[in-house]
Amino acid sequence: MAKAAVEVVDLVKRYPKAKSNAVDGVSFEVETGEVFGLLGPNGAGKTTTVGVLTTRVVPTSGVARVAGLDVRADAVAVCARLAVVPQRQNLDRSLGVRDNLVFHAAYHGVGRAERNRRADTLLERMGLSDKAKAIADDLSGGQAQRVMIARALMHRPEVLFLDEPSTGLDPQARLFVHDQIRSLRDEGITVVLTTHDMDEAHKLSDRIGIVDHGTLLALDTPDKLVRALPGSATVEVVAEPGPGGVEPLRVALAGLDGVARVETPPGRAQPGTEAFRLSVTCEPSTLLAPVVDLLGRHGAGVRDVSLGESTLEDVFIDLTGRDLR
Amino acid sequence: MSGRAFLAVLRRDVYVTGRELPSFLAQTLVQPFFFLLVFVVVLGRGGFVAEGYGEIMLPGLIALNAMFGALQSVTLPLVFELSWTREIDDRLLAPMPVWAVAVEKIVFAGLRGLLASLLMVPIGLLMIDVHWPADGLLPAFAMVVLGSLLGAAMGLTIGTAVPPRRINILFAVIFTPLLFTGSVQYPWLTLQDLRWFQVLSALNPLTYVSEGLRAALVPDVPHLPLWVCVVVPVLAIVLFTLLGIRGFLRRALD
Ligand SMILES: Nc1ncnc2c1ncn2[C@@H]1O[C@H](COP(=O)(O)OP(=O)(O)O)[C@@H](O)[C@H]1O
Ligand SMILES: [Mg+2]
Repeated sequence: MAKAAVEVVDLVKRYPKAKSNAVDGVSFEVETGEVFGLLGPNGAGKTTTVGVLTTRVVPTSGVARVAGLDVRADAVAVCARLAVVPQRQNLDRSLGVRDNLVFHAAYHGVGRAERNRRADTLLERMGLSDKAKAIADDLSGGQAQRVMIARALMHRPEVLFLDEPSTGLDPQARLFVHDQIRSLRDEGITVVLTTHDMDEAHKLSDRIGIVDHGTLLALDTPDKLVRALPGSATVEVVAEPGPGGVEPLRVALAGLDGVARVETPPGRAQPGTEAFRLSVTCEPSTLLAPVVDLLGRHGAGVRDVSLGESTLEDVFIDLTGRDLR
Repeated sequence: MSGRAFLAVLRRDVYVTGRELPSFLAQTLVQPFFFLLVFVVVLGRGGFVAEGYGEIMLPGLIALNAMFGALQSVTLPLVFELSWTREIDDRLLAPMPVWAVAVEKIVFAGLRGLLASLLMVPIGLLMIDVHWPADGLLPAFAMVVLGSLLGAAMGLTIGTAVPPRRINILFAVIFTPLLFTGSVQYPWLTLQDLRWFQVLSALNPLTYVSEGLRAALVPDVPHLPLWVCVVVPVLAIVLFTLLGIRGFLRRALD
């Protein structure tokens, strides 16, 4: 049986002077070797949760364990077993790239010959060999991110925390980071990753916890999360509204049997047409005829109909709402 | 495990100092050099300051360098590391207790203070005539060590107490008063007729380091008893170390 690499029980964190809890009673476990995604909008409490698990944030109450060790009582031992790639670049600006890696390993007691060898291997793996002497301020966002991942791997951690690892990166750098996370998983390293990017969470995580306002709203494999959504399949229609306008159409579509919600998917409608996404609770193909029929009765011209599965984005919006934060 | 991490973090600081040696030398030696130049060479030439003033001032400048060399080595870097850059995070995640990272700061800054004050000695010897008694050298060295540790501990306290937005007040309201009330430029006992300033100077721990160095190196100049010059800095080191570690823990952990 795989033992839990990370355990969080009823974790609460209230920052001094804050009006509400940044983390408000979260519990979850991450199994050894798993890639666990914490998905949530900005301010959900992801970084705070990672901060507690990496001994940087003192919890208000609750228990957090990494590799079976309590992060408060055994902070030193916990630090030896984990590594963090933080949300914000925090490389040592007084040191070059390679020295950042080498000194990190020295802090963790890796011997001189071994840390030099590992530094060269990791720089190579991260495509940074020609940046070995560069200083942190001269790196692009993607390069700095790769250096921080390399640094984190220097002492061979058991659990790696990645806080929004690809936020702000260009597509190439993102894909590179994604590939790295997959190969870490293959090497047996437990990965806890936070993100607000649904695709990233879906693509990389074995299981996902969705958090908002400091609470865990759902926790499951990506596929099960999507399937559990009421109306997990969709029908998308693009139509030219008839004389009655758009609103009656929307109301009528929402009134069809088997339709849970009607939304406007962004970027689908051409000028003069309107797009609808129906989240449905039945087999979507059985709705084709009723939908086309209904649009015809309202004098609307159908331009395009497509069937689809809902995405994690639908789950996310369903759970966390549409408010901006 | 923690011991190795501690030494590695210390080695990091030494390595960085080595890479930035010219700026370290400038930071620590330019100011006392000009003090000596103006007060001893320039003013001494026309008789504006008494002959032999250089001998009074040099021990004060050595004390000043010990304390400020150490203080500046910890305060400014700490203000930055704890705020915008969070560069210290990687060291906080080393397998050692957080308080040990603070202690490392004190040890390292103490070493820098020691170096800064020892470098001051040849400069002073070249610029003024001194007649230091041989049996005063060891006590003088002990005072330099105390002064360095005192500066380091005060630097830790100040560095964790000053928010980065207020960094400009460091120089105006902390460094400058410390510099001019520390009995660096005057023997404390000569202030009998300027009572308020004497009291003010007595509150500055640097006074005891300056006086202690004078007691060791120029014993003929009136000075505080050596034991006072040891006890007060030791107490101050303990106090500021505890305050500094407390402040560091508060700033390092959320
Ligand atoms: N150091 C801090 N002091 C006070 N409040 C904080 C601090 N860090 C985060 N918060 C607050 O806690 C909440 C959760 O923040 P955070 O954990 O950073 O969320 P996320 O990483 O999911 O975006 C936010 O409301 C944020 O404003
Ligand atoms: Mg965050």
